[in-house]
Amino acid sequence: MAITYDLTHLRALESESIHIIREAAAESERPVLLFSGGKDSALVLHLAVKAFHPARLPFPVMHVDTGHNFPEVIEFRDRVISGIGAELIVASVQEAIDEGHVTEETGPRASRNRLQTDSLVRAIERLGFDAVFGGARRDEEKARAKERVFSFRDEFSQWDPKNQRPELWNIFNARHNRGEHVRVFPISNWTEMDVWQYVMDEEIELPSVYFTHRRKVFLRDGMLMAESAFLSAMDHEEVFEATVRFRTVGDMTCTGAFESTAATLAEVIAEVSATRITERGASRADDRTAEAAMEDRKREGYF
Amino acid sequence: MTTATDHRSMELVRMATTGSVDDGKSTLIGRLLYDSKQIFQDQMDAIEEASRRRGTDYVDLALLTDGLRAEREQGITIDVAYRYFATPKRKFVLADTPGHIQYTRNMVTGASTADIALILVDARHGVLEQTRRHSFLASLLGVPHLVLCVNKMDLVGWDEERYNEIVADFRSFASRLEIHDLRFVPVSALEGDNIVDESARMPWYTGPSVLHLLEDIHIGSDRNLIDCRFPVQYVIRPHLKEYQDYRGYAGTVSGGVFKPGDEVVVLPSGFESRIASIDTYEGEVEAAVPPMAVTMRLADDIDIGRGDMISRPNNRPQVGQDIDAMVCWMTESRALRPGMKLAIKHTTRWAKTVVKDLQYRLDINSLHRDESAESLDLNEIGRISLRTTQPLFFDDYRRNRHTGSFILVDETTNNTVAAGMITGATGS
Ligand SMILES: Nc1nc2c(ncn2[C@@H]2O[C@H](COP(=O)(O)OP(=O)(O)O)[C@@H](O)[C@H]2O)c(=O)[nH]1
Repeated sequence: MAITYDLTHLRALESESIHIIREAAAESERPVLLFSGGKDSALVLHLAVKAFHPARLPFPVMHVDTGHNFPEVIEFRDRVISGIGAELIVASVQEAIDEGHVTEETGPRASRNRLQTDSLVRAIERLGFDAVFGGARRDEEKARAKERVFSFRDEFSQWDPKNQRPELWNIFNARHNRGEHVRVFPISNWTEMDVWQYVMDEEIELPSVYFTHRRKVFLRDGMLMAESAFLSAMDHEEVFEATVRFRTVGDMTCTGAFESTAATLAEVIAEVSATRITERGASRADDRTAEAAMEDRKREGYF
Repeated sequence: MTTATDHRSMELVRMATTGSVDDGKSTLIGRLLYDSKQIFQDQMDAIEEASRRRGTDYVDLALLTDGLRAEREQGITIDVAYRYFATPKRKFVLADTPGHIQYTRNMVTGASTADIALILVDARHGVLEQTRRHSFLASLLGVPHLVLCVNKMDLVGWDEERYNEIVADFRSFASRLEIHDLRFVPVSALEGDNIVDESARMPWYTGPSVLHLLEDIHIGSDRNLIDCRFPVQYVIRPHLKEYQDYRGYAGTVSGGVFKPGDEVVVLPSGFESRIASIDTYEGEVEAAVPPMAVTMRLADDIDIGRGDMISRPNNRPQVGQDIDAMVCWMTESRALRPGMKLAIKHTTRWAKTVVKDLQYRLDINSLHRDESAESLDLNEIGRISLRTTQPLFFDDYRRNRHTGSFILVDETTNNTVAAGMITGATGS
């Protein structure tokens, strides 16, 4: 076989991500990888496995579980993480509510999305994590475009967009004092399309909700919401069965589905190429509230 | 539109863009994103709405690249923002940096990884002090290709002579810099001329549009494929039954071509061995080149740790504790002065360092060297001598951007306070 010295864009991105993951693991005492079950965190996990192969992951995987997840996603999470022999930590929002740390929103539009931040921050403090891997990408949204790959958080887990460390070449600075931590975003430079193409090429497994299926839904704010034990339709909202899939995976209360017959990754990619709406615009009810919503939440410690 | 497998021959290209305020950088980037179909309908709706609110009678594509709230309030961009777009041939990572002098550090940051620098000038104003500054920074950071976009050609009547004048002016200045590949394109970002499609309104220009140029500039040979450099990042010891004695050195190739069987030397110990295999998750590979992330195994059991360097016995990096470098100072909390102690990170190696000497401060507009300077403030650039507590394994930045670069970190705040480009061992 002829040796080619040119890397494809996906190989170049993969190498960059692996470099970042190894660097963070080497420069921190207690790293942890956040796993939501979505395609981006499945990708980060896959890259992390590659980075340390043939050794096991040298850090645990943590899921901030709102208790309102798709059952398909929880099943997927447990299977994938035990498959690679990693340790799974579940930070439970339900427990935080039960223990009275946070109060739940009420009403038909209640969402636990905001409570996630609290459970995440508390778990980081309690378990002493000092490097937290996340699957955020810079193409997702404006406030993310300026986020560093190694993003420093103070002892209150807060992000200060005005006081970010310059990040040069591929030399990363993970230094922090006790009690502080860095959020590390290994797939910062991947776009949604890159992720899908790579997932296809590498045959990375994803939760079934990403592919077409029949489901009971109702229309709210221009999005198809899945009817579930956690979210029911209001009187004027009609429930019907539709052929849908999800473009992102989050809480069942705020993740919208859309009509699709895409059953394979190739079909999903064809659909993504033709789509004229961003992932967030299409499926995150909570992000649509205000233009600056994301920036505010990031300051508070959200991912 | 890309099909399912087109992407398997796409290349990754990193760019940095800069220009003076109002030269049209945001409009140009907006155009590139829009015309290459990277803009989604909801983003488009949002900027149409914002354009209406501001009372502009056209959709202001510049709003697409608008950033954080504080910046929106000031109406300017003040940090490096990363944007992405792709054509069937290439995926672009674009570091969008503001042009004002106050933000030299941002431009340095954006240019540090760039294969191509895209600099804008306003055809009415021509080459300004800021244009010269941006070009100098691109050359200082070793960006291999520079594209000068002469924008707002619509406002000078698409005039060839005006364009030629600017090109000549820029060339004469650029001859003083180290720029290996220089290109020029006359454009109108607002009207889309020569951005994606070749313009019919400037028939005298027969070259490619900006996008076609970006697609065709050859970048593969910008890498150093001669000097083998592999900074050890992480030692992999599985402690698993199937991999009892496995000991691999994980890292990212920073130069040269490594192959199994190659003789290597490990620094600082100086021990020599052979590459037993180059491993990846997919299996062994026949060669590793920059920027591949791989794991090497050596034929002999020698003690190697993070921060060590694997290279070739007959082509080693320089080894030393006394280093001269150009630095850009990046903090306002204090100034760089001789005697200052800092931490230095070079490849995967940390050490402590003391600033021995500030040889000169460079005026980045006139390129004048002020040898009487006693300090470097935020956004200032100068040449310094450093002494490190540990030897570093380095090359000149001009020869290798990976083994020739470093950052300085203030140990009291842990902040990154300087970017450094090695010019050689002190006194050499
Ligand atoms: N006539 C004309 N105006 C332009 C062109 N490009 C940008 N502009 C205008 O110049 C102003 C500044 O552009 P902007 O992209 O915000 O500049 P930036 O500060 O460099 O990002 C805006 O009013 C643009 O509409 C051009 O090619 N022709």
